[in-house]
Amino acid sequence: MKRLIVMLISLGLPMTAFAMGGMDMGHEPAIHLVRVEQLEVTQDNAQRWELQAWYGNDAHKLWLRSEGERRDGRLHEGDVEVLWNRPLSAFWSTQAGLRHDFGIEGPSREWAALGVQGLAPYWFEVEATAYVGTAGRTAARLRTHYDLRITQRLVLQPELEANVYGRRDAENGIGSGLSEGRMAIRLRYEIRRELAPYLGIVHTRRFGDTANMTNEDAGDTQLVAGLRFWF
Amino acid sequence: MLKTPYTRRRFVQGIALGGTGLGLLRPGLAGAATVTGYAPLLQGNDIQLTIAETPVNLTGRPRLATTVNGGIPGPLLRLREGETVTLRVSNQLRVSTSIHWHGLLLPANMDGVPGLSFDGIAPGETFTYRFPLRQAGTYWYHGHSRFQEQTGIYGALIIDPIGHEPHPADREHVLLLSDWSDEDPEHILRTLKRMSSYYNYNKPTLLDFLSDARTRGLGEAIALRRMWSQMRMSPTDLADVSGHTYTYLLNGQSPASNWTGLFRPGERVRLRIINGSAQSFFDVRIPGLAMTVVAMDGQPVEAVTVDELRLAAAETCDVIVTPSQDRAYTVFAQSLDRSGYARGTLAPRPGMIADVPALDAPVWLDMRDMMGDMGSMPSGDAHAHHHMAGHDMSSMRMPDSTSTAVTHAASEYGPNVDMRVDTPRENLDDPGTGLRNNGRRVLTYADLHSLPGIVSKDTLDREIELHLTGNMERFVWSFNGIKGSDAEPIRLRLGERVRFVLVNDTMMNHPIHLHGLWSDLEQPDGSPPLRKHTVNVQPAQRVRFVVHADTPGRWAFHCHLLYHMEAGMFREVVVS
Repeated sequence: MKRLIVMLISLGLPMTAFAMGGMDMGHEPAIHLVRVEQLEVTQDNAQRWELQAWYGNDAHKLWLRSEGERRDGRLHEGDVEVLWNRPLSAFWSTQAGLRHDFGIEGPSREWAALGVQGLAPYWFEVEATAYVGTAGRTAARLRTHYDLRITQRLVLQPELEANVYGRRDAENGIGSGLSEGRMAIRLRYEIRRELAPYLGIVHTRRFGDTANMTNEDAGDTQLVAGLRFWF
Repeated sequence: MLKTPYTRRRFVQGIALGGTGLGLLRPGLAGAATVTGYAPLLQGNDIQLTIAETPVNLTGRPRLATTVNGGIPGPLLRLREGETVTLRVSNQLRVSTSIHWHGLLLPANMDGVPGLSFDGIAPGETFTYRFPLRQAGTYWYHGHSRFQEQTGIYGALIIDPIGHEPHPADREHVLLLSDWSDEDPEHILRTLKRMSSYYNYNKPTLLDFLSDARTRGLGEAIALRRMWSQMRMSPTDLADVSGHTYTYLLNGQSPASNWTGLFRPGERVRLRIINGSAQSFFDVRIPGLAMTVVAMDGQPVEAVTVDELRLAAAETCDVIVTPSQDRAYTVFAQSLDRSGYARGTLAPRPGMIADVPALDAPVWLDMRDMMGDMGSMPSGDAHAHHHMAGHDMSSMRMPDSTSTAVTHAASEYGPNVDMRVDTPRENLDDPGTGLRNNGRRVLTYADLHSLPGIVSKDTLDREIELHLTGNMERFVWSFNGIKGSDAEPIRLRLGERVRFVLVNDTMMNHPIHLHGLWSDLEQPDGSPPLRKHTVNVQPAQRVRFVVHADTPGRWAFHCHLLYHMEAGMFREVVVS
């Protein structure tokens, strides 16, 4: 709880800038988007989520991002990020803010985040973020996905995520270097643009030091079924 | 929340009953229903108009519309050149409203743009417009307050000439085309900001690719897609808002309810076609009848006969048809993206119908729409001339060779702009995407010349170049990369004659409307110009028009696609 309060106070900086940005909105009202990119059940009966939400206008957006997993009825891993999103170029935005990792086995961690988010040539959605934590911790995360439209409503979406850590975090079972990667492919049907059930295959792999530290298998492949929706 | 599923066919076609389906109305929407498909005629020099929220049902679902005198469209105003008209507009809405008299020359404080001409008409208030009529022809009026035009505030405005009519006819009909959505337009804009391609159900797919690979060969199918994907642009971005949500109307009637106008075989029938839509282009034809165009934007032109014409939002066009046979003819107006159509019938007797053509297949945008003048570029390396944001400019810059080269304002290099065209094309004889080489005679601006004596040939004082810019993905639109809310006004000296040079740095058409002053479109070949109030600029095209700043005041200058205007493609022009 204390950490959450500290986190909210630290958000003061981007929030102030956000409010100031609001002054030049003209008659452009702020709008919001909540997009649950993934809300899925795995064949092992774990539940995973990934969501993005924002509130703001063309120039300033307050951005919320979260992903994680529940297993056996309790939180297994996850994080939430609060970011201030500003357009950088035609297709890219900068994102600056904070990330909070939920401590499950070990202590929770807070990070300052700085990254870019946008659309790369050939329509790849990309998020690349660098993190600086307490006690000299550093990390980076890359996430990209692509929508291959088979028909107007049937979409195949490959996704790739990689996490890198600058130093070992034994309490949380994280080694230094490339720690975890995920490759997924999901086939969704857009009943409406806003509502699409899907089936997919998610392959998660732990690398190097991280793989050695955990009791789990280094690689794990799961069939998933889920729902993508936004409003 | 999910809405009840609908069948697409019924949605696009509308329901036959129009606004008369009172039984379908929810109790909350009870009250006087909107009259659709019939615009009462109002004449004389003292006219009362009342704007109110009234229930309407164009698709099978009750909605609230904003209406003028309870109708969609509003009443047909028939005025007389040379007289002074008084129009009292009462506001029964809960929000401010306004009416703009599109294309009319009038004092700036009568122009009806809240924030520029006046403060708008507050709820419960009546505003009295009074101005002399200094012109004749086919015009229209519409709301200029946020999205009220989309939700029903529009109607035809015809001014009969003092002198003789240069192209007389035996009978006439108004064909007012428009677009209706059951969605709240504020929601449509929010949706476009969240996902700009939301309404496009014609995106390139894997199945298209496979079919292309089969017919054209794999190499060509890949090459065709490579460039678009590299640029993060869609070749099917033809309309931001489509028939997925729109029902296209002719005189307020859906295609299913089929507005019908009568004629006697052999008569010369004048059709006053008005595109009163918020966000749609219509390709209009009447299979079996040639159309002789006699006026554009209200102003008479040298007659030219065509089979089809594309009307941009806010343009008007008078054509004369001479149906000689005792049969019905379909007026077919398909939207540019081929996602739907408005339809009506011309017939000798009520109840007759003719075949309704199938929608044409949508055509992808091509290199012309992306880069403009293909001829002035070295072949084989065309895409190198297209500057893409985020790319290394030095490696992509075109050689400084042709006279058509353009410079882009520094403000164009920012997040608001996703492309810049370095070699815009100048020709006006391109009918535009979807109409090229379709086997029909299609009207272009190159065919249109105002009658002699309309446009003066006085010398020019200066030139102002503006680029039409946008970011499709972010759904931000602007001039020179600067949104209207962030821009300084364009200042003209009273009496000066200024050439506006517009370069379209986007892949969409933009009908650009300057209030209060004529835009005299120059023909690149030096042939007689065309007087207009709304000039459509095609993708990657450069057009030039001359403005005589003869009326002082604050005037609006904007793209007449409503969602582009609201997303920033707007400037104030001050004449003083």
